[in-house]
Amino acid sequence: MSDTVLILGIGNVLWADEGFGVRCVEHLARNWELPDNVTLLDGGTQGLYLLPFLEEADVLIVFDAVDYGLTPGTMKIVEGDEVPQFMGAKKMSLHQTGFQDVIATATLMGYCPETLILIGCQPEELEDYGGGLRDVVAAQIEPALHVALTKLAQMGVVAKPGRTHSDLLADASIMHETYEAGRPSEEDACRIGDDRFFPAAE
Amino acid sequence: MVVQTPNGFNLDDSGKRIVVDPVTRIEGHMRCEVNVDDEGIIRNAVSTGTMWRGLEVILKGRDPRDAWAFTERICGVCTGTHALTSVRAVEDALGITIPDNANSIRNMMQLNLQIHDHVVHFYHLHALDWVNPVNALRADPKATSELQQTVSPSHPLSSPGYFRDVQNRLKQFVESGQLGLFKNGYWDNPAYKLPPEADLMATTHYLEALDLQKEIVKVHTIFGGKNPHPNWLVGGVPCPINVHSTGAVGAINMERLNLVSSIIDKCIEFNKNVYLPDVIAIGGFYKNWLYGGGLSSQACLAYGDIPENPNDFSPEQLYLPRGAIVNGDLSTVHDVDVRDPEQIQEFVDHSWYEYAEKGKGLHPWDGETEAKFELGPNLKGTRTNIKEIDEGAKYSWIKAPRWKGHAMEVGPLARYIVGYANGHEDISDQVNGLLRTMDLPVDALFSTLGRTAARALESEYCGRLQKYFFDKLVTNIKNGDESTANVAKWDPSTWPKEAKGVGMTEAPRGALGHWVKIDSGRIENYQCVVPTTWNGSPRDSQGNIGAFEASLMNTKMERPEEPVEILRTLHSFDPCLACSTHVMSPDGDELTTVKIR
Repeated sequence: MSDTVLILGIGNVLWADEGFGVRCVEHLARNWELPDNVTLLDGGTQGLYLLPFLEEADVLIVFDAVDYGLTPGTMKIVEGDEVPQFMGAKKMSLHQTGFQDVIATATLMGYCPETLILIGCQPEELEDYGGGLRDVVAAQIEPALHVALTKLAQMGVVAKPGRTHSDLLADASIMHETYEAGRPSEEDACRIGDDRFFPAAE
Repeated sequence: MVVQTPNGFNLDDSGKRIVVDPVTRIEGHMRCEVNVDDEGIIRNAVSTGTMWRGLEVILKGRDPRDAWAFTERICGVCTGTHALTSVRAVEDALGITIPDNANSIRNMMQLNLQIHDHVVHFYHLHALDWVNPVNALRADPKATSELQQTVSPSHPLSSPGYFRDVQNRLKQFVESGQLGLFKNGYWDNPAYKLPPEADLMATTHYLEALDLQKEIVKVHTIFGGKNPHPNWLVGGVPCPINVHSTGAVGAINMERLNLVSSIIDKCIEFNKNVYLPDVIAIGGFYKNWLYGGGLSSQACLAYGDIPENPNDFSPEQLYLPRGAIVNGDLSTVHDVDVRDPEQIQEFVDHSWYEYAEKGKGLHPWDGETEAKFELGPNLKGTRTNIKEIDEGAKYSWIKAPRWKGHAMEVGPLARYIVGYANGHEDISDQVNGLLRTMDLPVDALFSTLGRTAARALESEYCGRLQKYFFDKLVTNIKNGDESTANVAKWDPSTWPKEAKGVGMTEAPRGALGHWVKIDSGRIENYQCVVPTTWNGSPRDSQGNIGAFEASLMNTKMERPEEPVEILRTLHSFDPCLACSTHVMSPDGDELTTVKIR
């Protein structure tokens, strides 16, 4: 029997580049047909709600915006034991602490997926509530999908151009294009962030 | 300098300042600073929301029927509650009524979320403020088994072998260096009072609760189509019912209803056999720790929720009570009208916003969200690296909501105090029973532990209510009513040009309101006043302090450099954020940085 694969996008779509992971999964569903043993999931900023999905998976591939301290738009892939460590690399995210806990909890309960792959992208902008992906980050969606598809192929999971149906993606109103096209103007929507959230590099 | 606030607290900012600065921004960042005197007693407390929350403005111009999908993303925990509040606000604005089945299903989803949140909050966030999992490794499994059978004779998982297995599993986890979940505790702090056996019992239930919570959320998957982020619908619920044939894919059939029924039973069992007995047993070791009452003894607010019938939010029709208590007068429960511009007002004198008219309070329908970030002259540090905030000036991204001018506590304890004061039968029975069992006076409710206990009682009550609405739904279906949505006014051409509405719910952590104004089919103004806005509010123009600030006052800290007590009390509100603590010395140097969960 083939392995069960969970492809998970995490992050908050309302916070600019924080939406990277969720958008990757959306694009994957829209452009690639994946076999039945692959589940595509928009995990948002959820924590323990994601446990049942981890429990069922042998392989977990996570797309996420991760602050590696690199140039914005740089992609970095880590695997195995390094994954949780990187997810907590910097205390920056809406959800990273949360998802790190999810992995730790799954480990404690004895059902953490055997294979963990994190496909991360360095964000450019997070302090833009209501904003969409910045160009350098959006440009990494295709390469990120390519990495995932290559990994899948190595496991014998073959994707074909097409679509994958998943009930576990975002509502149509906040899908990538609709969400970004419907954004109010800068005059209407304050774009000020809290610069204390990015303490000077230490 | 000592200042007395109008709501009766003496603030003294002369002592050592301790900064607790959380990091995640699930619903909003929060930072807390306190001054402690020479005896380690908190004499001043300052709560700062450090994140700009501009959901209001990002919804401008959007389709009101989609607002729920955006609001669902505000928060990483209570997604469904925001969505429900949003669809209620839009329905209220457009005069859309929902069918009876939709009311029952929404109630079940809301009650289900209450139970899920309360259980997860207690076991996976708050318990570690009282329970020491590291100490559990020293427990005698046989004695733990005896303790379990005394505390809860009907809980089936209680053999010495069971506790030994769990203890071994914990040992392996800790020894593998993956302390992970438990790594941030102050495990040798004398504030922890449980014997090892009680620690092992409670830690074991931490694991049982993990298994249970996976089951609980299936109710959202069934009725909301998916979880996380279940689907919602203006006009009802998006799940068709079809019990007589195979029907549409995803329709509610008997098999799914049976699954819901079995999950409801599991919740009821867990509350009865595990959650409540644990709260009583653990609370018994902390009966002398009655800090943290804050505003609860004087000012509580609840909007109420769980209507018996659809489209009727009158207070006598609600299972979770509505009302306000002020000035500590429990003999009078005031009615709350969220539409009245004189009742709920938000002030920004100490918040990083600016109103056209200074010093004024604005009702959410007329709310303004113009940011103005400026720091007071007594700030220590810099704009990008604040060591100590100046609470005399603007100091929070959270507005200060007030009910008729009063700072209010919201949440499970506020709901239970309002219900108790109002003679709500189920709530009064539960509260009296608990106080009798624990041999405590009514005043003990007004505390951190009271908040924690109210949550457990509410979880139990919500379990029963969930069963009630399940039976109601099934009876309706048996009588041939399968309607779940009213789409008569789905098309914007049927709407008035201008409309305004309000949606209310009781989120797990307190009263939640969304106020919407619609113009020409689009959102013109949208204001959310979330529970953490009430509880975490900064001072207002009169100098009244909010619920978080009040609750920390006069608490004695065993070791000021290990703020277990601050976390206990802040966690008891279930603010939906995790914390990181920086403990500062008086000259602003950082002594330790400890991440707190």
